[in-house]
Amino acid sequence: METTQLSRNTNTSKIDCIRTVTFTINGQSTQLQLPPWVSLLDALRHHLHLTGTKKGCDHGQCGACTVMCDGKRILSCLTLAVSKDQSSITTIEGIADNGELHPLQKAFIEYDAFQCGYCTPGQICSAVGMMQEGKAQNRAEVQELMSGNLCRCGANSQIIDAIMEVYIPETHE
Amino acid sequence: MNNFTYTKAQSTEEAVAGLAKNSQAELLAGGTNLIDLMKYNLQHAEHLIDINHVQGCQTIEENSAGGIRLGALVTNADTAYHPLIGQRYPLLSKAILAGASAQIRNMATNGGNLLQRTRCYYFYDAHAPCNKREPGTGCSALEGYNRIMAILGTSPQCIAVFPSDMCVALAALEAVVRVKGPAGERVINFEDFHRLPADTPHLDNSLQAGEMITGIDLPEEGFEQNYSYLKLRDRNSYSFALVSVATGLKLSGDRIDLARIALGGVAHKPWRVKEAEEFLKGKTASPENFTKAADLILEGAVGFTHNAFKIELAKRAIVRNGIMALNPSETQRPGAQPSL
Repeated sequence: METTQLSRNTNTSKIDCIRTVTFTINGQSTQLQLPPWVSLLDALRHHLHLTGTKKGCDHGQCGACTVMCDGKRILSCLTLAVSKDQSSITTIEGIADNGELHPLQKAFIEYDAFQCGYCTPGQICSAVGMMQEGKAQNRAEVQELMSGNLCRCGANSQIIDAIMEVYIPETHE
Repeated sequence: MNNFTYTKAQSTEEAVAGLAKNSQAELLAGGTNLIDLMKYNLQHAEHLIDINHVQGCQTIEENSAGGIRLGALVTNADTAYHPLIGQRYPLLSKAILAGASAQIRNMATNGGNLLQRTRCYYFYDAHAPCNKREPGTGCSALEGYNRIMAILGTSPQCIAVFPSDMCVALAALEAVVRVKGPAGERVINFEDFHRLPADTPHLDNSLQAGEMITGIDLPEEGFEQNYSYLKLRDRNSYSFALVSVATGLKLSGDRIDLARIALGGVAHKPWRVKEAEEFLKGKTASPENFTKAADLILEGAVGFTHNAFKIELAKRAIVRNGIMALNPSETQRPGAQPSL
């Protein structure tokens, strides 16, 4: 959808707008030529073929597109890729360490914290961010700070179980 | 989304000059509302000026008046979790953390929070008449499904509500908005910043063309001893308020020396009634007195087909929140449920 909708404003041609964007994706320096209206989500999925990050609502309501940007969890669907020039992005593809699954990934498997799996990459990236923020002190607060990630299958209680297995608040204060 | 050109501004001067050069340009900060509206084809900027790297708006600092200046480009999360805000303006922290999701708070900025558009369903439905989106087309909410709409300060042109939580606290705190434009810098008192719809519902606020928000000043009084933010909504998190209340009290024993009460979810702007705050001065902080204050605040409220319940809900929320403000260490701790 990133280049096809020319509904108004057709005097701005795509070619005039192309910009060079350099960012580090999962530790690898990457350069793209993009028009400014391409979201970070579309840049990841369509231009870099990193399809782990999911497009759910594409409007900031579901959290499926959550990635880490310079250490913070953000919604890639509401982020213009050009605005993240020189940033460091971590997607679900970059969460494991040399083939060793991240403890959250293992816990999601152990606790059966997904059915269809579509929200899972966003849930895990969001949980990584939540743990680094270190603000939640108990299960209710973990739930509150994970509320931006919706699971429509009904795995939500297992998702929180999996996160609680890994997250020990005391060590983050 | 339409095509557009994009530049980055490094200074407020550069950003303001960019706005002056192109009346179809918009400023891009967190983008959580602007990009969404552009994706829905409801907003069409020819040019975006990315102000995320603008210097001078990136910090939270004590100001010369004994208060705090919030940089316009500090994120909502960094503001809510800032030690100075947590200690001196916990009402503001609480309100910010009641809004949106953690991801959105990591992106959204303080300036952008003030400038977010309504979440009225009909404003978002490009096929529905909407005076806010297209002046003169009518208001679909008047005769439509209006459960989330306003009960105070409405006009026959528009019954939309302003959705921010942060701004409800800023209204109670009597914050001051600092703006910069072609004519230089000026300040706008918070109560004058957002507008009522009247005959010009397309204007959300009193910013002039080409002006940008550079910061928000918080006065010295932060009500850190007695405060409460209560948000009532259809689900317990990540949902806009049906009714919210920000209350700050200064007490001598159980007597009120100073009261501030602002409502969210009920009008086109955070709603304050100074007569009610004046009434509480010198009174006991009791349910009876908060009830009388609530009646004053809701005076003139008019419900529509599906939202008349908000009038009673707002009154009860004001009373409950007044009592909650007496004991914030118990009622305002993170994760505390509104039933406390």
